[in-house]
Amino acid sequence: MIPLQAMAMALVAAFALAIVLTRDLVRLALLSSLYALALVVLFLIFQAPDVALSELVVGAVAFPLVILVAVAVQRG
Amino acid sequence: MTRQLRIGLFALSAAGLTALLLWSVAGLPAFGHYHERYGTLLKKVAVSERHTTNVVTATVFDYRGFDTLGEEFILFAAVVGVALLLREVREEGGHARRRDRLVSDPVGLVGIGFCAALLLIGLYVVAHGAITPGGGFQGGVVLAGAFALIYLAGDYRSFRALTPQPAVDFAEGLGAGGYAVIGVVSMVLGSAYLHNFGPFGTAGTLASGGSVPMLNLATAVEVTAAFVLLFTEFLQELPARSGES
Repeated sequence: MIPLQAMAMALVAAFALAIVLTRDLVRLALLSSLYALALVVLFLIFQAPDVALSELVVGAVAFPLVILVAVAVQRG
Repeated sequence: MTRQLRIGLFALSAAGLTALLLWSVAGLPAFGHYHERYGTLLKKVAVSERHTTNVVTATVFDYRGFDTLGEEFILFAAVVGVALLLREVREEGGHARRRDRLVSDPVGLVGIGFCAALLLIGLYVVAHGAITPGGGFQGGVVLAGAFALIYLAGDYRSFRALTPQPAVDFAEGLGAGGYAVIGVVSMVLGSAYLHNFGPFGTAGTLASGGSVPMLNLATAVEVTAAFVLLFTEFLQELPARSGES
């Protein structure tokens, strides 16, 4: 494994840990977006640009958006 | 269950899971040294048999086209489920006056610029599905992302005006149904369901791959509509509830 790949994996792991330790839901939405962005980098480094593209939209935009809407609805 | 017991149980299972994960990772082939039979075979035959330079798309929409039909309908069923549930509980006409105070002008301007770029990238990725990385799924979510940006950088009214409900509903059904119907065309032409019926065209051009670009297009329509529908349903939840409280 080259250092760049190891770094990308470490970054994903760090964001994953941050998500697990976060209690505030709005922060969780933003963090999950950043986590998806780290995954996008990982996929790109492992030469899967098509998977990266899906992850970019679904993970970094759609999923946080749905969480944010749910939080907004719950808070009224 | 006491705290100590819980921590002990966690430590035990975490250690077991870590060991299993490390074991399986150690068994993976080195990066760039894939030697499994199925993938190697597809890599060899896809370009000569189907004239598709993107082997992933050839696998998804041709050699394993039937699996993808299932995947399409998983997404279809999920989105229809969301629409059925949320439309059932939503009050009709309760959200005519939706608050629409959003973003500053610069954010709106940059957002609309990005939106145009995203639309173009999405269409490009869909059109080149059989040639370069990407395809109907990837291009579809990018296109839906462009529509989401209309709401994020613009306002809710523009988003709804550009994605009229009947059109989105129709596109969702058309995409999913279209995929299944293309499979029937294969049968009418005398081969197995979803078997590629050609003509295969010249490898590396937009029209190459026979039925691959058609299935690709149907998938793009379905995925775009599915995500836009999802956004619409969730965003409609916002005013309906905040109006009550």
